[in-house]
Amino acid sequence: MALKIVNALLAIIGGIGGAMLIFWILNKLSESLKGRWEDRVKPWMFAGPAILAIAVFLIYPAITTLQYSFANDQTTSYVGFQNYIDLFSDPTFRTALFNNVLWIILVPVITVGFGLLVAILTDRLRPRGEKLTKTIIFLPMAISMVGAATIWSTIFSFQPAGSPQTGLLNAALGIFGKDPVSWYQTSTLRLNSLLLMVILIWTQVGYSMVLLSSAIKAVPEDTVEAGRIDGAGERRIFTSIIVPQIWGTMVTVFITVLIGVMKVFDIVYVVTNGGFNTDVIGRRFYDELFTFRNNGYAASIVVILMIAIIPVLIYQVRHFRAEELAR
Amino acid sequence: MTANIQLGVGGPEGLADDTKPSQVLKQSKNGTGAGSAGWAVRIVLGILCTLWMIPVLGLFVNSFRPRDQQLGSGWWSVINNPLDLTKWTLSNYKNVILTQDGGVNMGSAFINSLVVALPATVIPILVACFAAYAFTFMQWRGRDIVFVVIVGLLVIPNQVALVPLLKLYGQLGINQTFLAVWLAHIGFGMPLAVYIFRNYMSTLPMALIESAKIDGASHFTTFWRLIIPMSTPAIASFAIFQFLWVWNDLLVALLFLGRGDNTVVTVALQGLQGQTGQGRELIPSAAFVAIIIPIIVFLSLQRFFIRGMTSGAVKG
Repeated sequence: MALKIVNALLAIIGGIGGAMLIFWILNKLSESLKGRWEDRVKPWMFAGPAILAIAVFLIYPAITTLQYSFANDQTTSYVGFQNYIDLFSDPTFRTALFNNVLWIILVPVITVGFGLLVAILTDRLRPRGEKLTKTIIFLPMAISMVGAATIWSTIFSFQPAGSPQTGLLNAALGIFGKDPVSWYQTSTLRLNSLLLMVILIWTQVGYSMVLLSSAIKAVPEDTVEAGRIDGAGERRIFTSIIVPQIWGTMVTVFITVLIGVMKVFDIVYVVTNGGFNTDVIGRRFYDELFTFRNNGYAASIVVILMIAIIPVLIYQVRHFRAEELAR
Repeated sequence: MTANIQLGVGGPEGLADDTKPSQVLKQSKNGTGAGSAGWAVRIVLGILCTLWMIPVLGLFVNSFRPRDQQLGSGWWSVINNPLDLTKWTLSNYKNVILTQDGGVNMGSAFINSLVVALPATVIPILVACFAAYAFTFMQWRGRDIVFVVIVGLLVIPNQVALVPLLKLYGQLGINQTFLAVWLAHIGFGMPLAVYIFRNYMSTLPMALIESAKIDGASHFTTFWRLIIPMSTPAIASFAIFQFLWVWNDLLVALLFLGRGDNTVVTVALQGLQGQTGQGRELIPSAAFVAIIIPIIVFLSLQRFFIRGMTSGAVKG
């Protein structure tokens, strides 16, 4: 263990020190240049490593992935659209895709709605109560999906009828003399997928609440006051004055959660590993890439994901441009 | 994302996180004022908070119960006899941290997580700060276009990189090494880091940088002496984000570090989940070893975390 800790320290220091050294050398190199050349080269010395990292770890692999998606499992020859045809004619993949759509429809909306509710309610508490409530609701955000899945086993865990139940839900059923239910294996009405969504929502509501709460607090008081003078009721003030002003934030939260949900992987992988009709494309991607070593399928799943994300990307860039102009 | 960017990390509004009394005390928009909550609101929030924390409490209780207790009854049954010391134990934690023989050793996984997360947090910050400086204070051809590309890349999921990277790392022979995960996280965290730092730096007073230049300071000196110290809030926000993100990551660790000697807490905990026989009683304590650092970081630095979020921190 001691050796392990020493090695760990060396690795940390070496990694960080190495990065600092690179910048020092880059700067020395550009300073050795004279006059205008120094001014021309220096920006690239400063921004270069970041651009390089993005090029090597995002742009180049994205292009390669597109290429792989038209090739066979080991990328030795091109197969045209065969991977896509295979995927879409595979019922298990269609199930995963269907589940993803379900996640996309339900999770972002519920997260925004719930976050808005908590934001409004906590706004009426005294500062100390507000802070405590927010901290509690927000805390799960710091917990990994693996951790969250473990935590929720205290609620959803199942033992065969007759043995003591260690999950709260099944113990409650026992009190009413009902047989225990294997929650994660029950795919009627996609119940198990919905329970997995509950876990994800549990970790995300805090994020939604914090953003919406700060947006609500930033609504100018006089706009609310004006509504009140004009005789609007509390509900009318909320829907016609507050909501329009926090709409931008609601969209932001929605999109952020949406992106997270589109590529959801951890929670499904840890709890059911995609079994019992709970599969999603993020987990299927992992299986194709790592378990079956099928680069072609894995790449085409990513390309499908990318295509789905393009509208969000366009929105993002437009939004950024608009904001730069407003600056 | 970007909708809140006017409120950015550096914005004068400073973001209405709940630590700002002036904003908390401000009259509520429902016209009823802070502290005006009726009993209905209090009850609803009370129930919600209880629901939110019950699962965590359950796992926490279980992590101190011996095997026969954990498997023989629900965690809530400790209420019957909370002071019966035979029903409590610390051995789960001892076993899960110190096990040497083949089993999952969370102690070593914990150290590995630190080895992965610290450089994967500090290096992107260093690289991105330099880049943000160039994007904000230097004039160069292509600057704006490159930055728009970075903004677009914010929403791109990491999965795009994984297929080729796994192959590339295999060819380079660096699979299962810390270097492999560091590099991946540096790349994946870079767009967000550059974006946050550049937005922050563009709110710093330009005159200050100009006067440093007139005094003969080089860009390198201005960067270290002036910009980095002034950018601490943005750096802190991003650092917490990136640290939590890397610490909690499962996919990248699973692909590039696997389950060998270099395994991290998330992968180790996930490996334990499959346990049905011996070792099952260790899952709750292992989970707390895995989540304790994020929770401490989160509770102690919540303010910065919230600032980061409201400044448009989204990661594809």
